[in-house]
Amino acid sequence: MNHRAIRAIYLFEMARTWRTLLQSIVSPVVSTSLYFVVFGAAIGSRISQVEGVSYGTFIVPGLIMLSVLTQSIANASFGIYFPKFTGTIYEILSAPISYFEIVLGYVGAAATKSIILGLIILATAGLFVPLHIHHPVWMLAFLVLTAVTFSLFGFIIGIWADGFEKLQMIPMLVVTPLTFLGGSFYSIDMLPPAWRTVALLNPVVYLISGFRWSFYEIADVSIAVSIGMTLAFLVICLVVIWWIFRTGYRLKN
Amino acid sequence: MSSIISVANLSKTYGSGFKALKNVNLDIKRGEIFALLGPNGAGKTTLISIICGIANPSEGRVLVGGEDIQTSYRKARSLIGLVPQELHTDAFESVWATVSFSRGLFGKPKNPGHIEKVLKDLSLWDKKDNKIITLSGGMKRRVMIAKALSHEPQILFLDEPTAGVDVELRKGMWEVVRGLQQSGVTIILTTHYIEEAEEMADRIGVINKGEIVLVEDKTTLMQKLGKKRLTLHLQGKIASLPESLAHYELELCDSGATLVYDYDTKGERTGITSLLGDLRTAGIRFNDLDTTQSSLEDIFVDLVRTS
Repeated sequence: MNHRAIRAIYLFEMARTWRTLLQSIVSPVVSTSLYFVVFGAAIGSRISQVEGVSYGTFIVPGLIMLSVLTQSIANASFGIYFPKFTGTIYEILSAPISYFEIVLGYVGAAATKSIILGLIILATAGLFVPLHIHHPVWMLAFLVLTAVTFSLFGFIIGIWADGFEKLQMIPMLVVTPLTFLGGSFYSIDMLPPAWRTVALLNPVVYLISGFRWSFYEIADVSIAVSIGMTLAFLVICLVVIWWIFRTGYRLKN
Repeated sequence: MSSIISVANLSKTYGSGFKALKNVNLDIKRGEIFALLGPNGAGKTTLISIICGIANPSEGRVLVGGEDIQTSYRKARSLIGLVPQELHTDAFESVWATVSFSRGLFGKPKNPGHIEKVLKDLSLWDKKDNKIITLSGGMKRRVMIAKALSHEPQILFLDEPTAGVDVELRKGMWEVVRGLQQSGVTIILTTHYIEEAEEMADRIGVINKGEIVLVEDKTTLMQKLGKKRLTLHLQGKIASLPESLAHYELELCDSGATLVYDYDTKGERTGITSLLGDLRTAGIRFNDLDTTQSSLEDIFVDLVRTS
C-alpha cells in the first residue's frame, strides 16, 4: 500500500477546500440557513407538527442529507474531473499507485468535506430549532455511509464527464430533484397513496428516512431497509469503479 | 552497458483501429541519453505513454529496471520520471506544493533538502512560493521537470522538452539534462529539433508510422549515413558543364560560379581525386573549395522518406 500517495492526494484535495473555503463550506451553510428561513419559518408556521415533531426540527435531517448528497457528488466529481481537464491526470496514472489507492485519496477527501459540512449544517440548525439526536452513533454512521457512497457516485460522474455540462447534468437534473422529492421537507406518508408508491422507487427516500430515524425515531420505511438500500448503492458504485479501472474507461487509451 | 528499459514486440492499436505502434523492439542503455526522432503521429508519445503506464499496450512486453510494467508496475514506475509534451500544471498551486505533491505521489518520504536542490538546479528557487499560473511558459516547463525529478528517478522521459522554448532557455535546459546524465540518470527525449538530438544524444532512434526504422550511435549514424558535399568556387563563371564531367552528377550553382559535388563517405572511392583530375583536363580552374557534412536533419528526412 502506497500510504504516502494516498496522503498526498487526500491532502491536495483538502487543500483545495481550504483554498476555496467560501465556495466549499460557507455557501452551502448560507443556502441551508435560507432553507430554514423559508421552509422552517414561513411554511413551518402553517404546519404545526409532523409525526409529533415540529416542522422546523423535522426538516433538519433532510436538509443535511440534501447538502451531503449534492456536495459529495460535486466534490468527488470535480476532484477527479479537474485533473482530466487540465491534463495533470498523467501524473496520477504514471505514479506507482493502485486504483484502489487513487479512489481512497479522492473519495476520502470528498467524503471528509461532506461530513464536515453536514456537521456544520447540523450545528447551524441547532441555532434555529431545538435538536435532540436519539441515536448519535447511527446518525454518524448514516452520515459517513452516505458521504462515502455519494462521493463514489461523484467519482464515477467525474470519470464519465467529458465536459463541464455533463459534470453538472446528473447533480442538477437527477440528484437534486430526487432529493427534493425524497422526503427532505415532508414525510412520504403525507402523500396520496399512489404517489407514496412512486416515492418508494426513489433511493433518496431510504437515505433520508434512515437518517431521520437516527434523530427522532420516526421513519417512512424500516431502518433495515434504509441501511440495505444504502449499502446496495455503495456496492453498485464500487462495482462500476472497479470496471472503470479494469477497462481504463475514459482514463487510459 | 546493461539495458534499463527493454521493449519487446510492443504493439498498440487504438479503438478506432489505428495502429500507433507495430511490433516495436527497443533497448535503452543505462546512463545514456537516447533521442527518439520521428514526424508528428509517428508513435513517439504513444510509446512513452505505454512505458510510463498512461496507455495500455495491445501486445508485447516492457521491462523497466528488469520489472514488468504491468505485473510489477509499482517498482517499474517508481524508477521513472515523466515530463509530458503539454504543459499540464495545477494553476493555483505553489511551485513548492506541486513538486512536494509529486514526491508524495511516488511514495517517497518528505525531503525538503532534495526539493530545494531540484528547484535550485532548475533556477526555480526564488519562485518556490509563486503560484504556477503566474509563471512564464519556460518556467512552467521547468516546474514539470522538477516534478518529474522530485522522487529521484533513475530514468527521465522528456517528451518534446524544448517545444516552444526560446533558444537561450533551450540551451540552459540542455545543460540541466547533461547534468542529470552525469548524476547517473538515463534520459529518453523525443524532439522535433534535430539540432537538439545532434547536440545531446548518445544514441538515436528513428520511429515512423509506428515502426522503429533505425537505432544507432549518433556518431556512427552520422558517419554511416552522412554524405559530404564538396563545393568548388570557380575562377571564372561557366555556362555549362563539358560532357566529360556528366557522370559526376555535378550541380552548377550561383550562375555558373560554383560547382557542387555530393559524395558518400561510406564508399571506398569518393571520386574526388578523379573529379579534380578531370576538371583540370577540362580546363576548369577554381580558387577555393570547401566540404560540409550533411546534418542529422538531412539523414532523418531521407530515412523517413524511404521508410
